[in-house]
Amino acid sequence: MRITQGCFSFLPDLGDDQISAQVEYCLQNNWAVGIEFTDDPHPRNTYWEMWGNPMFDLRDAAGVMMELRDCRKAHGNSYIRINAFDSTRGWETVRMSFIANRPKQEPVIEMTRREGNGRTQHYQHAARR
Amino acid sequence: MADASAQTFDLKELFRTSGVAEILEALDRELIGLAPVKLRIRETAALLMVERVRNEAGLAHETPTLHMSFTGNPGTGKTTVANRMAGLLHKLGYVRKGHLVSVTRDDLVGQYIGHTAPKTKELLKKAMGGVLFIDEAYYLYKPDNERDYGQEAIEILLQVMENQRDDLVVILAGYADRMARFFESNPGFRSRIAHHIDFPDYSDAELLHIAELMLEQQNYRFSANARDAMAEYIKLRRTQPHFANARSIRNALDRTRLRHANRLLETGDGKVSLAMLSEIGEADVRGSRVFNSNGAGHG
Repeated sequence: MRITQGCFSFLPDLGDDQISAQVEYCLQNNWAVGIEFTDDPHPRNTYWEMWGNPMFDLRDAAGVMMELRDCRKAHGNSYIRINAFDSTRGWETVRMSFIANRPKQEPVIEMTRREGNGRTQHYQHAARR
Repeated sequence: MADASAQTFDLKELFRTSGVAEILEALDRELIGLAPVKLRIRETAALLMVERVRNEAGLAHETPTLHMSFTGNPGTGKTTVANRMAGLLHKLGYVRKGHLVSVTRDDLVGQYIGHTAPKTKELLKKAMGGVLFIDEAYYLYKPDNERDYGQEAIEILLQVMENQRDDLVVILAGYADRMARFFESNPGFRSRIAHHIDFPDYSDAELLHIAELMLEQQNYRFSANARDAMAEYIKLRRTQPHFANARSIRNALDRTRLRHANRLLETGDGKVSLAMLSEIGEADVRGSRVFNSNGAGHG
C-alpha cells in the first residue's frame, strides 16, 4: 500500500534532480535540512531515526544529496524523508517534509474496529508486511 | 549538420557578458604585483571559457579538473586570490554558488576515532557549490605518525575531489617546499590537481605601494619623509625573521597608527587639525624596533 505522508506524496515519486531542486528551494529560504529514515510508516510514528544531524549553513543541495545517497546505501529498503526546518521564530519549525525513498514492497496499513462502552467505535491502525 | 559547422561563437562577447572581464580587471587593479599569478589566472579563465563554449557545441563532455594548488610564502595574497577565483569560477558557471570556505587542519581532522569523517564531511557539504580553500594543507599529512587521523581526512577529500568535480573545487595552499613534499607523499593529490600557481614574494617597491594603499583605505597618508622611512623599514624588515610580506606590512602599519595616535595625544595642547589626524609622520614610522641597530624583536 502506498504511504502518503508529507508533501508530494500523491504525486509519482520524485527523481533525484527533482529532490535536489526541492532542497535547493529550502536552502534558498535559509531552512536547515535534515534526513530521517524508518521502517515503520505508521501515521502515529512521528519521530523517525535521524540520519546524522540536520545540516545547517549549507549553500548548495549537493551536500544534502551526498547524505541522501549514503542513507540510501545503508537503508535502501526503508522510508527516507527530507525535512526542512525554519528558525525565523526562534525555534526550529518543520516547514516542509517529503518522502525521498520507499521500500520495494510497502507494508499494508490495516484498520480494525473495536466496540467500546455504549457501542462507541474505536479505530486502530497497524502496519503489516 | 551543415548548419552546425557554420555556427560561430563570439568569445569576446562571452568574455564581457559573463562578467569575467570585470573580475580580471578588478584583479589587475586591486592587487599589486603578482604578475605571474595574474597571467596564470588569465590563462585559466581563457581555458575555462573556451571549454565552456566547446561544451555548448558538444565538443567536450567532461568537466575539466579545476582543483588548484597555490604555493608561496605567507602574506603573498593566496587567500585573497582564492576569493577572486571563487567569483571567477562562479561567473564562468563552473561552481554554482561561488562562495569560499577557508579551513585548516583543525577544521577537518578530529581528535578521536570516528570524529574525523563527520567533521570533514560536514565542511565538504558546506563548501558544495563553491570553493574549499585548505590553508597549509601539508599539515593534513603527518608521516611520522601513521595512526594520525589526517590520513582519513585526506581519503575523504580525494574521494569527493574525484567523484563530485561538478559540485566542488578544492584549492590547497601553503609554502612551496612543504607542498612539494606533501604532493610527493600523496600522489593522489598531485594527479587530481590541474593548476599549480606559484605566488612570488613582493618586491620592496610593491610593498611600499601596498602600504600606501592600505593607509589610503583607512584615510591615512604618509608625509614625504615618512614614506622614505617606510621604504627603509621594508628593506630592514625583510632581513629579519618571520617576514610575511603584505601581512608584515599591515601589522607594521597598525603599530604605526598606534604611535601616531599616542604622539597626537602627548604632544601639543591636545588640539589637532584634520591634516594632523590623517598624516603619518616620519617619527611614527621610525619608532619601530626594526630601526634599532640590534634588531631584536619584530616591532
